[in-house]
Amino acid sequence: MSTGLLHLTLLAYTVLALFPIVLVLINSLKARDAIFDDPLAFSNAETLSLIGYEKVLAKANVLLYFGNSFTVTLISLGCIVLFGAMAAWALTEYKLRINRWLMLYLAFGIMVPIRLGTVSILSLMVKLELVNTLMALVLVYTAQGLPLAVMILSEFIQQIPKELKEAARCDGVGEFRIFFQIILPLIRPAVATVAVFTMIPVWNDLWFPLILAPSDQTQTITLGVQQFLGQFVTDWNAVLAALSLAVLPVLALYVVFSKQLIKGLTSGAVK
Amino acid sequence: MKRYFPWQAIVFLLPALLIYSAFSALPLLDTLRLGLYATDETGAQHFAGLANYKLLMFDPQWSDAFWNAMWNNLKFFGMHMLVQNPVGLLLATLLSVRGLKGARTYRTLIFLPTLLSVVIVGFIWQLILSPLWGVGERLMGYVGLADHFQPWLGEEGSALITLSLISVWQFIGVPLMLIYAALLAVPEEIVDAAVVEGASAWRIFWEIKLPLIYPTLGLVTILTFVGNFNAFDLIYSVKGALAGPNYSTDILGSYFYRTFFGYQSQIGSPTMGAAVATMMFLVILCGVAVYFYAIQRKLQRYE
Repeated sequence: MSTGLLHLTLLAYTVLALFPIVLVLINSLKARDAIFDDPLAFSNAETLSLIGYEKVLAKANVLLYFGNSFTVTLISLGCIVLFGAMAAWALTEYKLRINRWLMLYLAFGIMVPIRLGTVSILSLMVKLELVNTLMALVLVYTAQGLPLAVMILSEFIQQIPKELKEAARCDGVGEFRIFFQIILPLIRPAVATVAVFTMIPVWNDLWFPLILAPSDQTQTITLGVQQFLGQFVTDWNAVLAALSLAVLPVLALYVVFSKQLIKGLTSGAVK
Repeated sequence: MKRYFPWQAIVFLLPALLIYSAFSALPLLDTLRLGLYATDETGAQHFAGLANYKLLMFDPQWSDAFWNAMWNNLKFFGMHMLVQNPVGLLLATLLSVRGLKGARTYRTLIFLPTLLSVVIVGFIWQLILSPLWGVGERLMGYVGLADHFQPWLGEEGSALITLSLISVWQFIGVPLMLIYAALLAVPEEIVDAAVVEGASAWRIFWEIKLPLIYPTLGLVTILTFVGNFNAFDLIYSVKGALAGPNYSTDILGSYFYRTFFGYQSQIGSPTMGAAVATMMFLVILCGVAVYFYAIQRKLQRYE
């Protein structure tokens, strides 16, 4: 295959991958007429308009929803990384007979989607009086993210040279200080990989917000946008602006972390 | 040196095991149990054995919709296997051509849609394909196909296929990346040796590279399977819980949601919902079992 044809194919697919996103972004910055007259054009001085964004920010609790999403994602992520690293350390460092079974028990959580337990999760949350709280989402996402985190972090912890720990132990350093001051800083690159992998499904999830926390005060941005799109389906400016607002944080995140993510994917972090 | 039982291990393990057990493993087990119960008019639950499953599989009131969802889900999976994974393989192969300029940029950009929320993706494509806005029709007009434009998402015959293709568009980055990584891991000496022997690029791909990445293709297949039989968001955000037109896009995830929560005239039932979830669990478990069986045998053959 010639190089030219190769580039042509890849370029064509790249356009297909990006076109819908670009289309929404450029039209969100246009006046209503321009959206319909020429949807494929960039906005110019005449058609530039921020009316959609003004409407969205004024009418819906977009900022609140963003805040909820940030809170849930960050706290879940913190719990997943910290508890995941602790468990991974214990499983690789202390050779207990039960470890194999614990690994298998956790591996189950990678293969079976947590969504299938929803019926019982909801009744549990009702009993704990956590329905319509962000706490409910944090707990579920932490449970969902832990198995993969433990798996990935165990791999990394195994590669840390034994001498480091043994030297520390000879100096009489306690187990907890070894973990927090030696191991945790060493596995930072792996932590970043885990963070990016677990963050995306949490931020984008629709199912659990819909079921566990649908109240107006606890909606995440994904659920908020979903409901907003339903209500304002004819107000194109607002719809396109809402979509863009929901896309932008992910785009920004991707720009920052894409190297980490791609490295994680191609170095086999998910295998 | 005598090793004492490391009590610290328990402290390290406890938070993860508690949260995972309480909010993932035990709810799943409890759901499997709940599927064996039935709810009466007062809302009380009593043990009913396999009655729910009998309803689900054989009582036309339930089974028509259930088998429809199962069948649609299979088609949904089939479309991913026919389009997503072969195209992913093709793109990964092109990307892994040695000395290709811009490979990093291509794969970064092609992976982008995978990160977006399905809610956004569904809606973007709804806009593009809607006859109202006409972007789709206009684009087809540029290549002289405007007459062939149809409201594909709105027609019973094409809605499910269209949704599958939207899902393919979004998630193609995953097989692409996994296969790409596997192709890069193929030892260069083997390829070089084949080149020296005069093998064509075509033959090298089919007879050397492809067999070497079979394990990755197996992994991609099982990931696709689990993802597809657990899908919900796209259908819900594009078609709502009723999975129209006329349930033609209903898959197990949306059927589960309706059974559990109810929708419009249908009353939700936790126990029937649990039964549907259990069926989904069994389907996924079968897929995983087949995967491990196949992989296990392959590994044995290589040894």
